[in-house]
Amino acid sequence: MSTDIASSESIGEINKYDFRTESKAFFKARKGVDAEIVNQISEMKNEPEWMRTYRLKALEIFNSKPMPSWGGAIDINFQDIYYYLKPTDKQGKTWDEVPQEIKDTFDKLGIPEAEKKFLSGVKAQFESEVVYGSLKQDLADQGVIFTDTDSAIRDYPDLVREYFGTIIPSTDNKFAALNSAVWSGGSFIYVPKGVKIEFPLQAYFRINAENMGQFERTLIIVDEGASVHYVEGCTAPMYTSESLHSAVVEIICKRGSRCRYTTIQNWANNIYNLVTKRAVAYADATMEWVDGNLGSKLTMKYPAVYMLEPGARGEILSIAFASKGQHQDAGAKLVHCAPHTTGQIISKSISKGGGRSSYRGLVKVEKGAKKSKCNVVCDALILDSKSRSDTYPYIEILEQDVSVGHEASVSRIGEEQMFYLMSRGLSNAEASTMIVNGFIEPLVKELPMEYAVEMNRLIQLQMEGSVG
Amino acid sequence: MSHILRIENLHVAVDGKAILRGVNLEMKFGETHAMMGPNGSGKSTLGLAIAGHPNYVITEGTITLDGEDITAWEADQRARAGIFMAFQRPVAIPGVKTADFLRHAATNVRRPDRKEGEDLIPMRDFRKELKAKMSQLKIDTEFARRYVNDGFSGGEMKRAEILTMAMLSPKFSILDETDSGLDADAVKLASASIAEIGRDKMGLLIITHHDKLLEHNPPQFTHVMLGGRIVETGGAELARELHDHGYERIRKTYPDAEAANQEMLAKEEAVVV
Repeated sequence: MSTDIASSESIGEINKYDFRTESKAFFKARKGVDAEIVNQISEMKNEPEWMRTYRLKALEIFNSKPMPSWGGAIDINFQDIYYYLKPTDKQGKTWDEVPQEIKDTFDKLGIPEAEKKFLSGVKAQFESEVVYGSLKQDLADQGVIFTDTDSAIRDYPDLVREYFGTIIPSTDNKFAALNSAVWSGGSFIYVPKGVKIEFPLQAYFRINAENMGQFERTLIIVDEGASVHYVEGCTAPMYTSESLHSAVVEIICKRGSRCRYTTIQNWANNIYNLVTKRAVAYADATMEWVDGNLGSKLTMKYPAVYMLEPGARGEILSIAFASKGQHQDAGAKLVHCAPHTTGQIISKSISKGGGRSSYRGLVKVEKGAKKSKCNVVCDALILDSKSRSDTYPYIEILEQDVSVGHEASVSRIGEEQMFYLMSRGLSNAEASTMIVNGFIEPLVKELPMEYAVEMNRLIQLQMEGSVG
Repeated sequence: MSHILRIENLHVAVDGKAILRGVNLEMKFGETHAMMGPNGSGKSTLGLAIAGHPNYVITEGTITLDGEDITAWEADQRARAGIFMAFQRPVAIPGVKTADFLRHAATNVRRPDRKEGEDLIPMRDFRKELKAKMSQLKIDTEFARRYVNDGFSGGEMKRAEILTMAMLSPKFSILDETDSGLDADAVKLASASIAEIGRDKMGLLIITHHDKLLEHNPPQFTHVMLGGRIVETGGAELARELHDHGYERIRKTYPDAEAANQEMLAKEEAVVV
């Protein structure tokens, strides 16, 4: 696979994600969060009583929990955010059924085109609701479910109820509680036993309106011996005021299954991206998180894998790029709960133009998880003296017979590397972009080609976007 | 083709310490010059100053290429104008494939006026050309997919530098001890490659201690540097004399330069690149 560095495309002009769509909401709740709003959301969705109760309980938990005392500085007025905006009265099964202006939005983002070329299925969420959904017929015929979580509650109530909130309870943290109270949209995936989905399923999350909060809820169940690759992309236009994206993603990898979850997050630089993502892996199952964080004002996100039975494997690859005014507090969490489990964390972060990136990771080996192996590598690259990088590795090992490794490196972009490339005719900007692309190459080459190209393009945008 | 690289009264300081103290040198396209001299005399400093290393500060004097003053130019501008230096110890750029790097470099050098990042040499043409050059230099094609200088052996690094030189076809090339750290066979291969790529096709400034490189690339001019100045210039016979008898005669004949050389060595071993 060739991922051409410093791609030849012309992208210098404007950030292509920074555009607003004039879209009339079908329904927009008033600002703020309280029991009335939560009830209203539940009513709009015509939900079963258990979910309404679940939401209200979560709201209490949210109100009772203090803000986290660690991570980044969060300055959010929770009452100044819209929690629910329904953009259209129904979900399209074809793009023609989606309101024109929303369809145009996703056209600009290249989703229908990607769908035709290399995806098994697509969900497109605009504000609070999934406005378009598709799944290849042969997968549907094999019993694969790929729908939005609201529809799943209606159509597969038993399956959802069995797993919803079991991996990340509302009590987990303040933002998981908030999501549990006001969640809307997100993907629900069920892959039946032995079914291997060849091409990725993709979801695209778009915030369009000002002060709009997005709280999607994703639940993925990969049954025994099955496999799936799920990809999510996220963007929003730039507004003067801050907004919030707070998702919860729960994944269950049953015995011998495989799940890869790839995120390319490119939120506008005024969005707080506070997300809880966690997977459990049973015997011989493999869970991989590939987590690319390029946008947002502050991201706090630590995808986790709990390895519950022998042979389970958890891998987390994380790329964070913090430019001017950005703080990427990203990382990973691996918990070895059974013998012969294997974990790996590779984290690469880049700080530039006064940006700050932090790696925050936990490796925990429980008593009895003998012969478990875990390896953590985190490399940080700092492009200038205004920028900052921190590493917060936590390691808790309660079992003797294990192998745990941790390597960390921080480097500044080398004068000698810059001179070498420039002495071969590369400009200063080209040389630093090439060094950065080289730095993240070990991760980018793990991505399917289309996303690798996208990732390199985004890196180039970041390199151009915040000069000085 | 006639191109001239002219160095006049060049003074260069590194970290505030004077290294070059008035170097004069004129090279024409197609000529081969040997630059010899004991350790710490300033040979590599001259090369790096010509290539435009930001830490090698030109405090006095000028460098002109075909009459144009390039003294204040950045390294990339100089490269695009036709200046090349093969480094003694090129740095690794992990994650960047040699082929990608060379494609960008060659495009920039060949078409310096186009909008940066656009219109790279078409992949098919580039691959064909690179393959041909690699086979000419007896370099395995696998090389193209490896990361730039990353984990290369000494011999591989030097050959990669010569390959880069071949792809960029500069007007003037400075080869900084391209024979150092190589075994006899590798020196022979490197020397033959330089002759094949460079001889009569550019101006060559060969910085060396040894004579192997010069056997394959007999110089029209041999310069001896001592204490940051060129103290003597002769023909190929001077290179042979220095190789056979060392720098004793030079040190004795130019006591001032020798004193400066000793002073520089004492001050800062680390400056010697």
